Amino acid sequence: MTVINTSKDPAALTLTIEAEFDAEVERVWQIWEDPRQLERWWGPPTWPATFYSHDFVPGGKAGYYMTGPEGEKAGGWWKFTVIQAPTRLEFEDGFADEEGKPQDEMGATRAIVSLEDLGGRTRMTIVSFFESAEQLEQMVAMGMEEGMREAAGQIDAIIAEPART
Amino acid sequence: MVVDKPSEADLDRLFQAFADRTRRDILTRALNAEYSVSELAAHYAMSFAAVQKHVAVLERASLVTKEKRGREQIVRVQVEALRRARRLLDEYEKVWRDRADRIADILTEGMKGQPK
Repeated sequence: MTVINTSKDPAALTLTIEAEFDAEVERVWQIWEDPRQLERWWGPPTWPATFYSHDFVPGGKAGYYMTGPEGEKAGGWWKFTVIQAPTRLEFEDGFADEEGKPQDEMGATRAIVSLEDLGGRTRMTIVSFFESAEQLEQMVAMGMEEGMREAAGQIDAIIAEPART
Repeated sequence: MVVDKPSEADLDRLFQAFADRTRRDILTRALNAEYSVSELAAHYAMSFAAVQKHVAVLERASLVTKEKRGREQIVRVQVEALRRARRLLDEYEKVWRDRADRIADILTEGMKGQPK
């Protein structure tokens, strides 16, 4: 069992996930640090993520898009706010259009990742903070295969919106 | 009304409701205490009618309801919205469970060929 504990606060819109891995802290850190490893697990299998930029320094940004079975794309950006190798990482995660342009009206979620040494094994704790239920809904959709197509459509609709008014 | 999957129109209304600072402020106040529409109106530099319109937008997005009490209308935050938040957090948990499984696979792969 990889995930050992979770806790949720619906009023504050936060989720905490604790997972344990059979690997050293330094090895687990690489799955965040190395964009080629990161893109193998961030998106669902049929919507793999491509990180076209990944400036892994405090204040640095990363850009990615996920590609669907029919070539549909959904984009996102990260901003690394805290990087303390190999135990702590904090970043903001927002939505972007296909060209990677951030969609600021959707706001950004925040994540805090901590890695703890359990004598050769590693406990990874991730706390996610959301600004609104809508944003959370969008993140859920983008993390799941079945939600991706809809998420891509919704982002397109939101981007198209200001042009209509 | 319990809707498992919000429609595009539901989402449009929700995004519209959250897009305005005054409406977000009204929601925050109403979450923390009981306010009538006129009490809320006293907090903003705008007309009673304008505040009433903001409350109506929140109402259409199913975020609040109005309850008549005498001549006042009390604004209540929909508990359903919180329930929805819980359901979404459950789904996001699933997203992370799947990610954790994929991470575990990548980490195990690295161990291949290594003595135990």
